Formats: sequence, structure tokens, C-alpha cells
Amino acid sequence: MAKGDNIIRIVNMGKTFETSSGPVMALDDINLDIKEGSIQGIIGLSGAGKSTLVRCINYLEIPTSGEVQFEGRSLGSMTDREIRSIRRNMGMIFQQFNLLDQRNLLRNVTFPLEIAGEDKKKAKARAHELLEMVGLADREKNYPSQLSGGQKQRVAIARALATNPKILLCDEATSALDPKTTNQILDLLKKINEELGVTIIVITHQMSVVEAICDEVAIIDHSHIVESGPVSEIFSNPRSEIGRRLILGDGDAYADTPITFGDSKNEKIRIVFDGHNAHEPIISDMILQCKTPVNILFANTHEVDGMAVGQMVVELPEAEEEAALLKKYLKSKNIDFSEVE
Amino acid sequence: MNAASVSMYISETWATIYMTLISSAVSYLIGIPLGVILVVTDKDGIHPCGWLHAILGTIINIFRSIPFLILLVMVLPITKFLVHTTLGPKAIIPPLIIASAPYIGRMVESSLKEVNAGVIEAAKSMGASNWQIICKVLLPEAKPSLLVGAAICITTILSYSAMAGFVGGGGLGAIALNYGYYRYQTDIMLIAVAVLVILVQLIQEIWMWLARTTDKRAR
Repeated sequence: MAKGDNIIRIVNMGKTFETSSGPVMALDDINLDIKEGSIQGIIGLSGAGKSTLVRCINYLEIPTSGEVQFEGRSLGSMTDREIRSIRRNMGMIFQQFNLLDQRNLLRNVTFPLEIAGEDKKKAKARAHELLEMVGLADREKNYPSQLSGGQKQRVAIARALATNPKILLCDEATSALDPKTTNQILDLLKKINEELGVTIIVITHQMSVVEAICDEVAIIDHSHIVESGPVSEIFSNPRSEIGRRLILGDGDAYADTPITFGDSKNEKIRIVFDGHNAHEPIISDMILQCKTPVNILFANTHEVDGMAVGQMVVELPEAEEEAALLKKYLKSKNIDFSEVE
Repeated sequence: MNAASVSMYISETWATIYMTLISSAVSYLIGIPLGVILVVTDKDGIHPCGWLHAILGTIINIFRSIPFLILLVMVLPITKFLVHTTLGPKAIIPPLIIASAPYIGRMVESSLKEVNAGVIEAAKSMGASNWQIICKVLLPEAKPSLLVGAAICITTILSYSAMAGFVGGGGLGAIALNYGYYRYQTDIMLIAVAVLVILVQLIQEIWMWLARTTDKRAR
């Protein structure tokens, strides 16, 4: 299978849980293709269904409709034994690390190999190698309780890679970590993707995680994928409401409360930076060219794939002709803007 | 105290230890699988099986509700069949096992339930079979808790074994009963009780020490 082919295909998949208070739909009509060698983000608020979605990919949860394909083979048609061997092709890491507390680091990393019936000596050598890769070679005799959160996640990553999987599933892998450690773990994931060619699927509620490492992103809300595509595209122009909430507003800080920009009657516009124009000094050029000052009310930018995307809300001057001049300038520069109430 | 009574204490202490250890060992051989089946077949276990879980749970509860002294008498025919006698330390072992195996089953169940569900899920995500999850995750990860439970179970079995005196079972309990209760020789009874107390302390301390030193969590 060549890089760029779909390693995972999710087709019309749904998952409904039977509970004592009736059926609860966790996922509905999910369609998603994940390219080999990519880093796919799946983002949504808590309860959106993203954890169920990632568990359907390795069949820890069995979909109630549709199907999941791994390298073109449907998991639904496989026996338990085949599913277990497929799982060795998909490592998984978790928010709470889920290391075996009674095993030292070396034996934690050899664990999946032990399960696979691998030769003990070979397993040990492989574990050494992996612990070295995650920078914990000198601690292999330690136990998980002696490690920090970031170190535990490194061990979990080493363990997940022990069987040489093609896919690494990350379920909120950085949500329990502080920002600095989060960045270190994300760097490690990126390195694994680049050097080992492992396809990585990242489940998160943190926009910053998607920004930092993902190539593609799917936004999931209320059991549905509301939009998906390359990160730069989705980030510069989120179409769904939840997408705008997650991307433009930081998290849900601005979600439900419309920002009020004072009680000025003057016209306000929202300028959207799609990544191509953010490096040009648009606002200052505009002010210099039109010789009219504007009042910046709100600005927010993120870096995506090395490009700055974001938005800015500016208040135009009271005089209509001056306002028109400014808008004309923006249009001439092909810059997207919209009027704000 | 004369030489005869010293040798009596030694032999009856030995009888108590013998009854306790054999019963505990066999009870654990039955109790561990019981506990494992209870956890595995639970509705959020790795192989849910409602009817088996319910039947097993009910049987265990029935046996646990029968007072030991009554059970001792009730199972006399079984005892006779198994060990060909209804007298002496040997005769107390079958009823001890029948009484403690269900109890141990429950203790094992509660220890295994303490194992973090996330760790089990992680093992599943690596392709572990249920059998591998039981042997390589559930039991090893629950080991410290299982050892603490064993301290409780073994000391309980020890105190149950003292009731053997009522059916001519021998052991320290029999001394306390025969001399202290039937013949009003309080001093002999007190010494027997003191030895029992020391035995319980020893077992408790040894097992708690084992649990502490083998637990790799808090260091």
C-alpha cells in the first residue's frame, strides 16, 4: 500500500448503545477516509462521540451499522482472532496512559510482544530500542509510579509501537498533560509519523493539538462529522458552527456569547486571514493608503502549517465615504471580510 | 505446666496450622476461579454472561448465609465420603473449604474489580485474548489487593477452625472448649486463646508485609 492510499475507510458507520433508559445514538452516518502516512485529527467537544469513533476503528466498540475497513478489508467480516491480529497493526495510547502498574517499564513495553507470542529475547531487544527512542532508556527498571505524566505517556507510546503497527490511535493523549509536556509529546508523535511512516489518528478537544501536528481534520459534533478536510482549509474557513466555535473562538470561550464591541453605531467588519495574507501588513497598509484610522476591536490568529490564520474585527470610521474607501481597499487586495452586527 | 500439657499445646497448635493451611490452599484453588468467573461474566466484564453470573452469585450467597457451625453438621455425610472420618483435624477440612471458598470467591472478585478498566482496555487494544487478560493483567495487577484479602481470609479460616472442637475436630479451639468450657480450667483455655491470637497476628503481619513489598505502585 502506497503512501496516500486510504489505510482506513469508515463507511456510513453508526453506533447506538442499548442502555436501560433506551437506545442512545453515539455515532451516526460517519464517513471518513484516512490516508496512509497522514496525521488525522478528530476534534469535538466532550460527548460528541469522538472516543466511540476511535474505538470503532480498532473494534473495541463494534459499530451497529456501516463498516470500517483496514487496508481494504472490512473488520465486520473478521473473526475474533483476526480482529486481535488486526489490533496488533493499530497501537493505541490513552489520556490516562493505562500502563501496568506492577510491571517495570521494560516489561510494559514487552507486554504486547508477549501477547503476540514473540520470542522473549527479541521482545527485550525491541523494548530497549523503543525506550531509547522515547528517551527513557536509563529508566527501564523503574515502575510507572516513579514517572511523571509525560514520561508515562512516552512509555505508553513505546508500548503501542512495539508490534510495529501501521496506525497509532491517540485518544486524548495529551489532555492530562501540562502545555510544555504536551508539546514534547506532540513533537514525538510528529517524529514517529515522519520517521517511521506510522499513520496517526488523534482524538482531541484541543484545537492547539490539531494545529500543531495534524494534516487532516474531521470535526465531530452530536454524533456526526460536520466537516472534514485538510487542516489549513478547515482552519481558514470553517463552515460549521461548531467549527467556528472551535477554531475562531478559543475553545468555547466565545461560543454562545456574541461579542459586543461597545455601543458604537459605526460599521464593523470581520476580516478573515486564510493564511496567504497574514504575513502582509494589511491593516497598516490599509490605514496608510486610505489615510483613515480604524479601531481594532478583536483579533485572533493561529498558526497552521506554518501559515497564520485567524480573524480580526475592526471598527470603521463614522464617515461613510471613508468606510467605503477602506472596504474598497480590502476588496482590491482580495481580502475576505464580512459585516458584523 | 507439665511436659504432657506442653506437648498437647504443640500438637494441637500444629493441628490448627495444618487445618488452616490445607483449607486455605484448597479454598483458594476454588475461590480464585470463582472470583475470576464472577468478574469476567459481569455485565461490564470482558465476557458478559448474565445467567452464569447470577447463578454463581446466588450459590455463593447461599453458602455464605449458612452459619459455619450448622454447615459443619450439614456436610457431615460429604466429609465422611471425602476423608472417611468425621473426627479429628482431617474431618474439619471439607466443611472449612465449603464455607470459605465462596467467601474467598467474593474477596477475589472485589480485588479484581479494583483493576483499572483502562488497563484492560489497553490490553484489548493490543490484541490480548480474554485468557491473556486474566492471566497477565487482572491477576498480576490485583496482586497486592489479593494478598491483603488473603490475610483476612486465612485468619477467618483459622478462627473457623477453632469451632472444630465441637465435632471432635482437635486443634487449639478444641483445647479451649474441652478444658475451659466443659471442665472450667480457665487457665488452659486462656493459653489456647493466647496462642490463637499470636497465630492470627503472625499471619496478618506476614501477609501485609508481602502485600506491601510486592506492590510496585507507591514507592
